[in-house]
Amino acid sequence: MSHAIPLRISQLIKPRTRLEEIFLDILVRIFALIPIGALSFIMFKIIQKGAGVITWEFLTQPPLDGMTHGGIFPCIFGTFAITLLMILMALPLGVAAAIYLVEFAGPGLFFRITRAAVNNLAGVPSIVFGLFGVGFFILFVGRNLDKVLQTGLLFGQPCMLWAAATLAVLVLPVIIVSTEEALNAVPQSQRAASLALGATKWQTIWRVVLPQARGGILTGAILSISRGAGETAPILFTGCAYFLPRLPVTKLFGVIPMINPFDQFMELSYHIFIMATQSLDAVKTLPIQYGTTLVLIAMTFLLNLAAISFRVHFRKKMGTVSV
Amino acid sequence: MDHKLFKKDVHWGEWLIQKALLLAGISSILIIALIFIFLFREAVRFFHTGTPMDLIGKWVYDDWEERNVFTMMWQSISEVPKYSLIPLICGSFLVAFPATLISAVLGIGCAVYLSEIAPYKVRETLKPALELLAGIPSVVIGFVMLAFIATFVQDLFHTKFRLNAFVGSLGVSLAVLPIMITISEDAMRAVPKELRDASYALGASKWQTIFGTVLPAAVSGISAAVILGFGRALGETMIVLMATGNAALVTGNIFSSVRTMTANIAAELGSVAQGSEHYYALFLVGAVLFTFTFVLNLFSEIVLSKMRQKLRM
Amino acid sequence: MIARTLAGGALADLDRDDVAQNPVKISVHDLNMYYGNVRALHGITMDIKERAVTALIGPSGCGKSTFLRTLNRMNDTIPGARIEGIVTIDGVNIYAPDVNVAALRRMVGMVFQKQNPFPKSVFDNVAYGPRLHGITDRAFLEHRVEESLKKSALWDEVKDRLHTSAMQLSGGQQQRLCIARVLAVNPEIILMDEPASALDPLSTAKIEELIHQLRKHYTIVIVTHNMQQAARVSDYTAYFYMGSLVEFGETKGIFTNPEKKETEDYITGRFG
Repeated sequence: MSHAIPLRISQLIKPRTRLEEIFLDILVRIFALIPIGALSFIMFKIIQKGAGVITWEFLTQPPLDGMTHGGIFPCIFGTFAITLLMILMALPLGVAAAIYLVEFAGPGLFFRITRAAVNNLAGVPSIVFGLFGVGFFILFVGRNLDKVLQTGLLFGQPCMLWAAATLAVLVLPVIIVSTEEALNAVPQSQRAASLALGATKWQTIWRVVLPQARGGILTGAILSISRGAGETAPILFTGCAYFLPRLPVTKLFGVIPMINPFDQFMELSYHIFIMATQSLDAVKTLPIQYGTTLVLIAMTFLLNLAAISFRVHFRKKMGTVSV
Repeated sequence: MDHKLFKKDVHWGEWLIQKALLLAGISSILIIALIFIFLFREAVRFFHTGTPMDLIGKWVYDDWEERNVFTMMWQSISEVPKYSLIPLICGSFLVAFPATLISAVLGIGCAVYLSEIAPYKVRETLKPALELLAGIPSVVIGFVMLAFIATFVQDLFHTKFRLNAFVGSLGVSLAVLPIMITISEDAMRAVPKELRDASYALGASKWQTIFGTVLPAAVSGISAAVILGFGRALGETMIVLMATGNAALVTGNIFSSVRTMTANIAAELGSVAQGSEHYYALFLVGAVLFTFTFVLNLFSEIVLSKMRQKLRM
Repeated sequence: MIARTLAGGALADLDRDDVAQNPVKISVHDLNMYYGNVRALHGITMDIKERAVTALIGPSGCGKSTFLRTLNRMNDTIPGARIEGIVTIDGVNIYAPDVNVAALRRMVGMVFQKQNPFPKSVFDNVAYGPRLHGITDRAFLEHRVEESLKKSALWDEVKDRLHTSAMQLSGGQQQRLCIARVLAVNPEIILMDEPASALDPLSTAKIEELIHQLRKHYTIVIVTHNMQQAARVSDYTAYFYMGSLVEFGETKGIFTNPEKKETEDYITGRFG
């Protein structure tokens, strides 16, 4: 025991904290503050400059005087309309595809191809979706529909239908992935119990799996709405209008008012882009830009907050299930 | 046989539903496949009129020097339209590299804090805040860059152009920061607690454990995050469109105005005649961009799945 | 009653004499089962009597649970699983191509190792099966739920909270709820896959007591790793080892005078 390193009691009592450790501790804390700081800065600036602009008139009136005055109601309406159309297209398709992949396909080649494709699609630049929208939806599908149906130039031009379809393709991976996660979170034992009671596969999915996966699917849907509402690049050329003197509405059978999917539309994020970069007097319209940004950011924040709290809520509920 | 076991339920509905679900699965894949097909179909048509050499540069007669000069320019509206991809690729990289660098340094630092240092409560508040940051539409970041940051940067560095690659990359770094943090934090949290315990048991301090054990174990996940972040930075459109000035120059100066591949498509697709050489050239830019990001995504996906396999063992 | 079952050495307490005359309910002939290329069951042949309890025992991985799952074709849900041989219930081959698997599973109920109630109310859990058959009549459902809960000896404990979540019940209550859920579809056979392995001794005793009650009306096949449990609850015992049926006979005989050396070794705890 004579070779034992002598141990000073003082070392045991207080380990020496070296200077660089303190430095690193502080450094990562500063790093962690930067995203929060950026978020707060953006929020603060937009609210500071934009809050004064938000009035009832701003929210309910169309742009006036060559878009230097007035409100942004057509943009708000357009954003709602296009996200509604988008989710109507993407949600059923995405959820159905995810159900097929999780409950029917099994871990085969089909599953892996889709997996890889969906993952890669999530990283495709949004402007590429814009190109796709123009090349495929408008020029290929639209023009050919017009040829076949003899409708002149109804389908083969930018309109809300194609813009919504483009966004739907963009959010499809989001919906598929979140639905898959939600379905996989339902314990296999629940499916076994239902099947053992003589339920068919679909009865099991409909009565046992989907009710439990509802929360996760809803969260994914909200997130994709938020994503779709904020995207600009895919709709630049597929249906957005710089200025439209009318709302994109029509009357079904001449009576029932509904969104006109064949019309162009104004949209919040596009409005911000266009007002900030292309308007004749960008300085004069600055208040409108701040106001529009505030409205857009408030919308996406609310949606994201809703998604986050939904997830927390459903995680808690699922937590008690697995006990 | 009319034993009750043979009484068939009406299975038509069930059959129909399963086929409908299969159809949805197939059409989802089909749509994804169509993106590839249409992008490249239109892109290839560029070569009906153009040559691959055109994508690098053209010999153009220069009135000033009174001889043919090899010019690498993107100039779609001109007597001799030029479709060199060099300035666009140059612009894309001049924005994406600094953006990735900034967000990697910040993001990995943040991830270390979140995964190794932050108390539970701080973590639970920071994570949703990051999600909110990720949820900010890129047009808003572009607008903030344009409206506040650009002037500030110009005053700080006395740059010639108010809108330049650096301003763009600042904005883009903000956009890719959340994904960078999330993926590298996941990688660090996937490092088994036993490894940390082993390090601590040998008398290592917290930062010795982080540098000696956690980061090396998570290195593949972190590299995947950086690669993925780089892909996102290359693909970002609205921020660069609004904040980089959009001048298609071949330059290495980060304070110069640049035009990225994405911004080029966004700026010109609106005013192009369908079926023209210019139109196909834009699809070609899209295809090149797509290939870049696809390869990067694939690469990070492979790195990530390798990591998952390793950790499972 | 519970005390009596708990008292152990219950072999003598059950009236076993009557079951020997019962007709055969399930008949298995030369049953082989494969998972991909792995053969999980080797030529199983056995007859299971009606309204009796048959226990399947054996070390982990011996194929007893796999065998149990062939009786209601739950193995169909596993990709790559394949069956050779014949399983008949009341003389009908359940692996015939035109058999309605859903109808089969209604007739052959199953209770799982880990209690798996749905995250619904107690009432909705029990009513799940009848509703599958398209029953919507409230009065009928209420009657069926009450009846099933009474049969599974849970009624008194839950009658005042039928509409609270089943997740709030204790583990033992949840397992009895799962049994009630099976009873509500009026099965003739009940398969139990180690139904008490996740429960405390008191809850286990209640389940065993329940099995004793149910055996008067149902054919029960139970997998258990607990020798005493097999001895307490079953009329017949089958000993599985490495996917083969080693020995099968009246429980009394198997436990007091096993024919095969392996069976004796296992029962007396020399290996397993």
